[in-house]
Amino acid sequence: MSQSGLELLFQGQNLPRLLAGFGVTLRVAAVVLALGLSLGALLGALRTLPNRGLQVVLRGYLEIFRIVPTVVLLFVAYYLLPQLGGLNLSGEAVAVVTFTLWTAAEMSDIVRGALVAVPRHQVEAGAALGLTRAQQLRFILFPQAVPLALPGTINLATRVIKTTSLLLMISVMDLVNVGQTLVEANSHLHPTFAFWLYGALFIGYYLLCAPLSWWAKHIARQRKAVTND
Amino acid sequence: MSWSVIQASLPAFGAAFWLTLELAALGIAGALGIGAGVSLVQYFRVPGLHQVASVYVDVARNTPLLVQLFFIYYGLPGLGLKLSAPVSGVLGLIFLGGSYMAEAFTGGYNAIPKSQLESGAALGLSPRQLARFIVLPQGLTAAVPGLAANVIFLVKETSIFTVIAIPELTNTALDLIGLYYRSNESLLMLVVAYAIILVPLSWGLTQLERKVRHVTIGA
Amino acid sequence: MTEPLLIVNHLAKAYGQTPVLEDINFTVNKGEVVALLGRSGSGKSTLIRTLNGLEPFQGGTLTFAGQAIDPTPATWLALRRRIGMVFQSYDLFPNLTVLANLMLAPVQVAHQPKAQAETAARTLLTRFGLAEFADRYPSALSGGQKQRIAIARALLMKPALMLFDEVTASLDPEMVHGVLALMTDLARADMTMIVVTHEMGFARKVADRILFLDDGRITADMPAEAFFTAPPTESARNFLASMTDR
Repeated sequence: MSQSGLELLFQGQNLPRLLAGFGVTLRVAAVVLALGLSLGALLGALRTLPNRGLQVVLRGYLEIFRIVPTVVLLFVAYYLLPQLGGLNLSGEAVAVVTFTLWTAAEMSDIVRGALVAVPRHQVEAGAALGLTRAQQLRFILFPQAVPLALPGTINLATRVIKTTSLLLMISVMDLVNVGQTLVEANSHLHPTFAFWLYGALFIGYYLLCAPLSWWAKHIARQRKAVTND
Repeated sequence: MSWSVIQASLPAFGAAFWLTLELAALGIAGALGIGAGVSLVQYFRVPGLHQVASVYVDVARNTPLLVQLFFIYYGLPGLGLKLSAPVSGVLGLIFLGGSYMAEAFTGGYNAIPKSQLESGAALGLSPRQLARFIVLPQGLTAAVPGLAANVIFLVKETSIFTVIAIPELTNTALDLIGLYYRSNESLLMLVVAYAIILVPLSWGLTQLERKVRHVTIGA
Repeated sequence: MTEPLLIVNHLAKAYGQTPVLEDINFTVNKGEVVALLGRSGSGKSTLIRTLNGLEPFQGGTLTFAGQAIDPTPATWLALRRRIGMVFQSYDLFPNLTVLANLMLAPVQVAHQPKAQAETAARTLLTRFGLAEFADRYPSALSGGQKQRIAIARALLMKPALMLFDEVTASLDPEMVHGVLALMTDLARADMTMIVVTHEMGFARKVADRILFLDDGRITADMPAEAFFTAPPTESARNFLASMTDR
């Protein structure tokens, strides 16, 4: 047992298995982001409409997904979805559904906030020029709202990536779950193996999320510099 | 729904409820302390320390609590540092929350209009005096909404403690599902328990935000 | 009594490659009121802000009360006790009561005893007709009240020179009069003042001299009455015409 815990990390099938788990993590994150951000954008736009009933429903949806911890949402879906008409979903599918609904709820608030932050008179000025409603949205409202929504959306993306670590709880073989399995199989070989392996997961998530966070910060800072002028 | 299962589960849920509150309170208090300290180090650009503070905030914010907990609870013993599960949980929550709180404090300081600082400087206040009389009191007020959001966030994050087998609410619910093979009852109690904590907390924090808001508006 | 208080010599400032102030020369004597006029973007706010170190400058020298100013943070910190400044946005500190706003600098910067600072603050508030607001927070006050308190706050440091940067520009018209009346009283009491303003009536009536800024340069420096009766340049004529049209 001359090898160190760090060397063990690169032995045998350890690294390929970790990378496969990383692949699952990335796949879930990508699908959830694609579905959740689009659905959220749509719901956010709907939340600016004057229909009162719709507002109550969408606001209630947001509040429920905000107040209940994501872990709990995940377990509720995990146990409840199969009861609905004998639906037999894989753990990964359950997670994708749950995370997508959660992401969409958060995204709807970001989009709504950005849309209402564009001054009303901007759109009215467009209307006064004779633009159709669709043209007002396309040329005036959206171009001004997108930059407002961008930092929040990027930060939401990092939260989604971090949330994928919960996959392990419903037995999906994601990066963390593979890591845990390897720790159980290898820890007796070297006591520092868990340290290096979880250290590697730590760094892996950091490398995924940090550039996004920096980007969001950069955009927000740029805007601040412009508006201070 | 079986009423008897719910009744039989109540004592375990009660204990988990108080444990969750206790761990969350410790974690939030620690996070507020670390966050305030880190934000001040960053604000005053304390030589040597502020780079460390920035790296800490960057790392803690960009990694999941679950991985942080595994690292503390399973990884650190490899270096001879063995911590109990509840201590690991609270430390993890402080590590994560400290960075979020630091960002909220900093956001508050940065929300102060430049003209406030200029008019203070024009009166002859030194940078230290500006911080003490203008930036900190106004910044703390401006930081309240961000801090409040983090408090809620951190309470919810305690649900992740289940992965290191701390018998908090989520862990207890899962245990009971295994015990009685009845998922609906346990899940219902779990959601209700979080609602009992989070709904009043969120309402109270909103009241607090409302109360401090008048101080910052209308300079 | 023509004792110079502030001498500005060949002052120059640029943002990157863009010059904003070029070869600025003027002197302000003790007790004098100088109005700094010019179009938006002519550099007048930038100029007045360089005079107490809020804007750095790249060339030239400033001399205050016979001493050349070495433009370091420490020098400015010391000088700001003697040069008061009031801004367009009043900027009372919203976290402090009116009285605490007034006492902050006298106690913390000038190290006056609290009782003495409070007496001075209350006396000045009474003189300005604002005594009833002493214990209120700024958010409860109107713009005109806030601006008069901002002036009081600067005066309590007993400055040798007062700088006013468009102090009536964000006030409702009915509030402007009270603030201008206060500044007129100050001028009559021989306060040395540099005033950036768009109030032509005030400048003509109260200022001893006009400095006219055009594109970052001073193109007129003359007695107020002469400037208004016979503006010396085409640009100054157009400026005055545009101001009286309003």
